[in-house]
Amino acid sequence: MSGSAQTGRDAEDAPRDLVLELDGVTKTYGHQPPVPALRGVSFAVERGELAAIVGPSGSGKSTLLHVVGTLERPSAGRVRIGGVDVAALDDRALSRLRAREIGFVFQQFFLAEHATVRENVADGLLYAGAPVAERFASADVALEQVGLSHRAGFRPGKLSGGERQRVAIARALVGRPAIVLADEPTGNLDSATGAAIMELLHELHAGGATILMITHDAALAEQLPRQLRVLDGRIVADTRRAAA
Amino acid sequence: MSGADERQRLRPADALRVASIGLRARPLRAALSALGIAIGTASIVAVLGLSASSQAGLLAEIDRLGTNLLTVESGKSISGAPAQLPHEAAARVGHLGAVQAVADAAKVDGVHVYRSPLVPAGNTGGLQVRAASLGLPRVLGIGVAQGAWLNAGTAQAPVTVLGADAAAQLGIDRVGPGVRAWLGDRWFAVAGILGRSPLEPAIDASALVGYPAAARELGYVDVDVDGVSARQSPGGMADDAAAAPGPASAIYVRTARGHEAEVQARLAQTANPAAPAEADVSQPSDVLTARAAAAGAFDSLFLGLGAVALLVGAVGVANIMLISVLERRSEIGLRRALGATRAQIRSQFLAESVLLALVGGGAGVLAGAAATAIYASGKGWAIVIPPQAWAGGLGSALLIGALAGLLPAIRASRLAPTVALRSV
Ligand SMILES: Nc1ncnc2c1ncn2[C@@H]1O[C@H](COP(=O)(O)OP(=O)(O)O)[C@@H](O)[C@H]1O
Ligand SMILES: [Mg+2]
Repeated sequence: MSGSAQTGRDAEDAPRDLVLELDGVTKTYGHQPPVPALRGVSFAVERGELAAIVGPSGSGKSTLLHVVGTLERPSAGRVRIGGVDVAALDDRALSRLRAREIGFVFQQFFLAEHATVRENVADGLLYAGAPVAERFASADVALEQVGLSHRAGFRPGKLSGGERQRVAIARALVGRPAIVLADEPTGNLDSATGAAIMELLHELHAGGATILMITHDAALAEQLPRQLRVLDGRIVADTRRAAA
Repeated sequence: MSGADERQRLRPADALRVASIGLRARPLRAALSALGIAIGTASIVAVLGLSASSQAGLLAEIDRLGTNLLTVESGKSISGAPAQLPHEAAARVGHLGAVQAVADAAKVDGVHVYRSPLVPAGNTGGLQVRAASLGLPRVLGIGVAQGAWLNAGTAQAPVTVLGADAAAQLGIDRVGPGVRAWLGDRWFAVAGILGRSPLEPAIDASALVGYPAAARELGYVDVDVDGVSARQSPGGMADDAAAAPGPASAIYVRTARGHEAEVQARLAQTANPAAPAEADVSQPSDVLTARAAAAGAFDSLFLGLGAVALLVGAVGVANIMLISVLERRSEIGLRRALGATRAQIRSQFLAESVLLALVGGGAGVLAGAAATAIYASGKGWAIVIPPQAWAGGLGSALLIGALAGLLPAIRASRLAPTVALRSV
């Protein structure tokens, strides 16, 4: 996005389109006693990847997602999004980055109950500075992508859990972010509905979206092209499935 | 140094929509929390509106009655004894330039009015008997509520016209054959009942009779006072009376507009050339004007109570906003994830608080204005809501909303987004 000089890194690698790079990221909560949630995490995500961060509860997955999503600053290490070191950015710049480059999907959906589905999705662009007409036009496109055009005028309360999560995914996609971060998106859904959501993520991936998904469910992670295995705040494995 | 046309501020319509989410989601709670501010604003607007309206009412009355009435009354002599006006005083005053009309009245001491002769003499009810010249109602601007005013004929006869309070006191609310009152020691027919007399309230509590009747029936005749004896009767009437009626105790003078001061300056000298100091000259509308000024000064007690209600309302709004911030942590976290800056979160809750207070303030202004309108129209006053009242009401509501929302808004903006998102 911005034009600051970030060239010349990883000179030995072939030039790759890296959406996300983490380098020695640690995160420690509290002072006495300090709780280390991340203990030196390094990995990179290329544009168009669909990757799972998988690990048991309390292993630091959510913390990792928050650091990647710039909702939290690392205690040490470097996070680059689209080549930009986020440590240099202030609250306004970080917020702008989130508004334009990052889409979030949460386990609890977090939909506004007093707004329609369409308004909920359009609000994904509220802080990106887009005019109303453009927000609603983009919302209609995103709803189409998640197969919920026919629900646009409904309130979230009238929808099933799966539909609600689709609305949340549409809201994350509406600004065409560089990366979508999903924290246990199927955690509140039954397995059939969860499978449908996974299918949707695959479709979106096929359409070019970059998605980083957190799950504690190893079987779910296995379905994805890449798995980053987290344990006690460290990446213990980074495996890719052979392309089908 | 970052992008030029980057928008970090919501469009006004979006800001308003976001700020009103809390109000729309919980309208009853919003209404209850805005109640204190509504009550405070309503009482302030009503106090200011009522004082302005009653002042407008009095000023309208003054306007109707005119400020060009002057009164000459018999005062006290240097020794402190009651003085008298000379008989020819009214006639002389009538010849002054710029004087348009003159009337006079005389309080008949020692004579009282009763419903019937059975009423004990001591129960006067504070009512007085006055002899009056025929021009009195016209000069004083008094209407006739019932029946008719005295005329040249009835002024000679045992006939009385009652002032508004006197009629009420005597329990007489209509006139007609057989309606009478006991004056002195005989019956007087009641010919009429007067309307209010704001410029000379003494008339309200009086039974009025003609000068000739006062002389003939009530013994109000001229007696020599320190050697000065008058030939002519006041107001130029009752020539045919056996004994000349007594002197006027008050002379009412209408001047040409704008000449009040010049007439006033010469009035005492003209009315009583021998002893100008014994004639008291006044301008009755001064009393009403003073009353109007006093009515314009609002009731500070009620203003104070309104201010207290506003303060309580502010605490209520601050409280509800703090609760709201706690309840809406996940919304705050979501908005931060969607790209809201700390400042935008702060603005959202500050605006919500201001909106809440403005809703209360607006309702209060309407209620206060309605109360003023109902009361003022009941009194027949013009309805006046001073701009300072409603502008001040809305302005103070805005200020209170901003103050009450400050702490909750700062708390909301300082909430770490991750904490806000985890807290479900
Ligand atoms: N705000 C916080 N303050 C203190 N400790 C925290 C905080 N957030 C997370 N932790 C701790 O960090 C560790 C990792 O938590 P989390 O990232 O939520 O794991 P996961 O999502 O894999 O279940 C846990 O031990 C958790 O208790
Ligand atoms: Mg978690």
